[in-house]
Amino acid sequence: MKQLTMFIFLFLLWMAFSFTLETANIIAGIVAALITTIIFSNRFLTSWQKLFNPVRWFWLIIYIIVFIWECIKANFDVAYRVLSPRMPIKPGIVKVHCSLKTDFARVLLANSITMTPGTITVDINNSDLYVHWIYVSSEDASIYTKKIIGRFENLLKRIFE
Amino acid sequence: MNSISYILFIIGAAFDLLGCLGLLRLPDVYNRLQSATKSVTLGTCSILLGLFFHYGFSAIGIKALIAIPLLFFTSTVAAHALIRSSYKAGIKLSDKTVVDHYKELKQ
Repeated sequence: MKQLTMFIFLFLLWMAFSFTLETANIIAGIVAALITTIIFSNRFLTSWQKLFNPVRWFWLIIYIIVFIWECIKANFDVAYRVLSPRMPIKPGIVKVHCSLKTDFARVLLANSITMTPGTITVDINNSDLYVHWIYVSSEDASIYTKKIIGRFENLLKRIFE
Repeated sequence: MNSISYILFIIGAAFDLLGCLGLLRLPDVYNRLQSATKSVTLGTCSILLGLFFHYGFSAIGIKALIAIPLLFFTSTVAAHALIRSSYKAGIKLSDKTVVDHYKELKQ
């Protein structure tokens, strides 16, 4: 079942990329998806049952909307810092504690942090994220944790755990 | 439809330009990567979205649409790899830096 889910997803991705319905193309897609599934299916989708839960998909859509909004905000933030003559930066690397358990959720959280205003993930050590922050507005752990990951952590918990 | 795609092209090019300006102006590697990742990724995504609006649901349009999430994942991972390796290589943070918790992990 896990292999089948992955195979169908990869095949659809191939069809979307090539965008023709020729027989040769379909056969090539099946072969490529099959090889990829055989090699990688044990590494991904460790809990594939979650894929068929509509509530999780709903939260995923909310998450994507929030994420795009944060991305746009991030760009105006960078534009402001770059164009301002005095350059208002106060950079530093802070340690942020996250309560997510699964690896995939942590990866997505790290990616989200990288795309949001003024922050970029440097490293992960178990549940601690090291985040480079362009404007350290507070050195109190509870305040900056809320500022950096508060928006995403709850949504990701709803999606993946 | 065409005007939407042109507006998206212009927005994308403007953000790419800002990202490159940030590469020149900001003080150290870490801050430069910030502007390089964020502005350039969203600028390029905006151009790709404009391409999708221009060509609609054709081979080119769909490819442009799929390239957006791929670009998001690869550019964030690349930024993380660059920033981590430059820290490990011992490149110093700029003088303006106020706090560095990552140092504790290294020791």
